[in-house]
Amino acid sequence: MDLHLRDAAPTEAERAAIDGLLEPASADLQPAPGGAHARAQRHLLLPALQAVSDAVGWVSEGALNEICRRLTVPPADAHGVLSFYALLSDRPRPARVAHVCDDLACQTAGAEELAGDLEAQLGPAGVASDDGTATWERSPCLGLCDRAPAVWAQRAGEPDAVAAPALADDVRTLLDGGKPPAPPPASRSVPQADDSAGGDLPMLRRVGRVDPESLDAYRAAGGFEVLRRAVDLGPDGVLRELTDSELAGRGGAAFPTGVKWRAVATAAVRPHYVVANADESEPGTFKDRVVLEQDPFAFIEAMIIAGYTTGSERGYVYLRGEYPLALARLDSAIAQCRDRGLLGADVLGAGFAFDLEVRRGAGAYICGEETALIESIEGKRGEPRNKPPFPTQVGLFGQPTAVNNVETLVAILDVLARGGPEYAARGSPRSSGTKLFCVSGCVARPGLYEVEFGVTVAELLELAGGIADGGELQAILLGGAAGTFLRPEQIDLPLTFEDAREAKQALGSGVVMVFDDRVDLPAMLQRIAAFFRDESCGQCVPCRVGTVRQEESLARLVAGGDPVVEVGLLDELARVMADASICGLGHTAPSALRSAIDQQLVPWGRHDQADGEEAR
Amino acid sequence: MSAVLVGLPKRLVTVEVDGQSVRVPEGQTLLEALRGQGVATPTLCYLENLAPVNACRVCVVEVAGQRTLAPACSRPVEEGMVVATDSPRVRHSRKMVLELLASSVDLSLADDEIKGWMATYGVAPERYGPPAPPAAAGERDRRRAGHHEPPDGSVAATVAQPVKIQDDLYVRDYSKCILCYKCVEACGEDAQNTFAIAVAGRGFDARIATEFDVELPDSACVYCGNCVGVCPTGALMPKSEWDLRQSGQWRPDDQQVTETICSFCGVGCPLELTVQDNRIVRVDSPLDHDITRGHLCVKGRFGFEHVQH
Ligand SMILES: Cc1cc2nc3c(=O)[nH]c(=O)nc-3n(C[C@H](O)[C@H](O)[C@H](O)COP(=O)(O)O)c2cc1C
Ligand code: SF4
Ligand code: SF4
Ligand code: SF4
Ligand code: FES
Ligand code: FES
Repeated sequence: MDLHLRDAAPTEAERAAIDGLLEPASADLQPAPGGAHARAQRHLLLPALQAVSDAVGWVSEGALNEICRRLTVPPADAHGVLSFYALLSDRPRPARVAHVCDDLACQTAGAEELAGDLEAQLGPAGVASDDGTATWERSPCLGLCDRAPAVWAQRAGEPDAVAAPALADDVRTLLDGGKPPAPPPASRSVPQADDSAGGDLPMLRRVGRVDPESLDAYRAAGGFEVLRRAVDLGPDGVLRELTDSELAGRGGAAFPTGVKWRAVATAAVRPHYVVANADESEPGTFKDRVVLEQDPFAFIEAMIIAGYTTGSERGYVYLRGEYPLALARLDSAIAQCRDRGLLGADVLGAGFAFDLEVRRGAGAYICGEETALIESIEGKRGEPRNKPPFPTQVGLFGQPTAVNNVETLVAILDVLARGGPEYAARGSPRSSGTKLFCVSGCVARPGLYEVEFGVTVAELLELAGGIADGGELQAILLGGAAGTFLRPEQIDLPLTFEDAREAKQALGSGVVMVFDDRVDLPAMLQRIAAFFRDESCGQCVPCRVGTVRQEESLARLVAGGDPVVEVGLLDELARVMADASICGLGHTAPSALRSAIDQQLVPWGRHDQADGEEAR
Repeated sequence: MSAVLVGLPKRLVTVEVDGQSVRVPEGQTLLEALRGQGVATPTLCYLENLAPVNACRVCVVEVAGQRTLAPACSRPVEEGMVVATDSPRVRHSRKMVLELLASSVDLSLADDEIKGWMATYGVAPERYGPPAPPAAAGERDRRRAGHHEPPDGSVAATVAQPVKIQDDLYVRDYSKCILCYKCVEACGEDAQNTFAIAVAGRGFDARIATEFDVELPDSACVYCGNCVGVCPTGALMPKSEWDLRQSGQWRPDDQQVTETICSFCGVGCPLELTVQDNRIVRVDSPLDHDITRGHLCVKGRFGFEHVQH
């Protein structure tokens, strides 16, 4: 079947952007959609759409046609991809768009006041400025909750920029094409870096102490010694240490990393791939951003070890699209490593090849789910796959693939430096090692904290300076929007996977978001419900429609609807979402709301539900 | 979405279904095994002649030891699986899937089987509130991923919108679309290889669309009608049938289905002609036929228009 394209042609600027990425289409070669050539090229679709969007701010029909011609992708299919991602636009929009976070942590830090100022100064959200060059809109969590309220400016033809904490004036500067404010010192995000013990933290010890832009500085601080040790151990040795360490994945699912890597390392099918999940979009989570901004070489070292151990010659980093500083530092660090033979055909002269490619996300929380992430790298809509098979068997491009969170990868350096058994001796019996917690909301020193598993919530709170400005603790959200609420009297909970599970709580990605008594908790729940309604991929009915009905029912409840009816309905919705959705997004979409209701954090009473049918 | 791995043929595995131990071939899906045992199972997005997309989740069953329910249509059987097809959790999820659809989509023309399951599980879509007014023409096609108007809960959001009539051959009434992906599969990889339509947008605003929602005659569509043939809800319908329904002239009781062979070319596709008042009002092809597997080309599907006019 021939590719059917309408006649819209790209502008010069669009064509130049596409030329920068893709080889020109050959006139005599007319490959078929779905054919081998098309399959091999398809993964470039999202980068090509992003290249056009970066250059001119949106993707026109002409630009889409040109991309489709070169990649032999049918235009309807490509438009399906284009329209899936929130950071891309299929219609004209201003070149500069300020994305103003109105999510949970920023709500506690004046996000609505900021939005109000912007509305007064620039007009309503989504409406272009008089000269048509700028607009602002609301955004879900930008992964900058340690510096709330946060704004990220997407700017065509010039670098994206961040202002956090942001005032209306900062936003206007970004929208006028001005220079972004200099990023604050590292200790703003990692308060422990200023403490005397900061240099002893297993994962964060280099933050604020070692220049993140210099390979030499990293080496002088002992960098790449663990890689040498890994090569001395050999892949089997690394797997043994990992298994002994009992390291569990830090991306939210706590899957044993040793098991995952062994499955890929021993898979008969070749090639293998490793993928770093740096999509970090769980509201309240910012740890991977801080690690990538402050210690990119450590991350690269861990990725090389991942490649070496699993027998993968190629690694992908799927980086959240809203992280310009992390992208710049990572790109520069990768280039330096290539120059020095730390990435490439013969890493360290040790006889194995490994290289890394960075892919940017385009505004879709669901692409943090590992199979949606894989689909996205392959150039498709970020729709999670049905499992089994799992990515370790059938992953990226259908090959065995290890997908790991950034923090998991960096923790592996500590595992190998210490040795597996010694690593396992730290933390709690069932949760080994140290963990990064993203503390945000109403605390004096919000930021990223590294503590041993087993530290209590209260101790972590104290580390973060306690509740700010003399407020009273109302509740703590653990694990983010997909997580659960803790009541004030529960703050002696030890932060371990097993204690959390027993208390029906979720550690998730390590979010600890603190709400004092001035926070409007029902409004927070509504923000969470809106988030899931926006971020559902739409593939399966329980989540696609369930998240809509959940948000509607909650709106009635907040407006004074009958609690017995609505809480009953919410419970029925929660059960079908948790039981019958395809992926974790649907499974956890009702989690925080349910937890708030069950624990009577909101005034709607407890719905004592019987199991199964009787509840109707 | 991924294809299901097909195991090597054809060891038998033992599975317990609702307390009964049964032996079924390895590599079968749970749905095939259940059908083999005569256990009726609702499906919406599954069709014998298409790769399972596993999206609707109405076919879920409970597999002992698993945290969540499993889609029967795409989960392969495993030795020792213990499956419940009528547990409270299964009944609840199936009821809710059908109810959530019924509350947001016009299912008035859905096939009798779907309606039967809705009755079996006692769906009550009214409890989500009165339906919101329909969207203006093209409005749903312009919705942006990641943004929506916050609801006040007084009405239930739906996919209602004006019908798309852009040619004389078939109409697209997406108020009736349950987003089962069947038409996309039929137009693309699974049959037609045309890829004229795809899923666009995200979440509740996801929709079936041509690129930039261009009109169908401008798109890659070749009017094979294979999408029409697989649509389970009447969202895609031959114009001939649509016109008769609009004028109240569609009378299933006065229709006969005649089997014949298409005479346009040498392939010899089998046709099922639906005839009313001596006029052909719709053409299909049997799903289980080796040659067509239910799929035709524009001549077979819509050629009767020329024959008759
Ligand atoms: C909706 C959803 C979003 C997710 N987002 C992320 C994410 O941003 N980063 C991440 O590492 N894992 C995320 N995960 C978990 C991944 O699917 C996967 O479990 C993880 O990347 C595996 O890495 P680990 O074993 O190192 O934890 C998400 C899961 C779901 C269901
Ligand atoms: S649960 Fe939600 S996000 Fe996951 S596949 Fe289903 S619709 Fe998509
Ligand atoms: S009629 Fe055929 S080509 Fe046109 S959209 Fe339907 S399946 Fe695709
Ligand atoms: S138009 Fe019909 S076949 Fe296509 S997705 Fe909708 S309901 Fe399914
Ligand atoms: S950056 Fe605003 S809530 Fe995270
Ligand atoms: S029929 Fe199984 S998921 Fe739709």
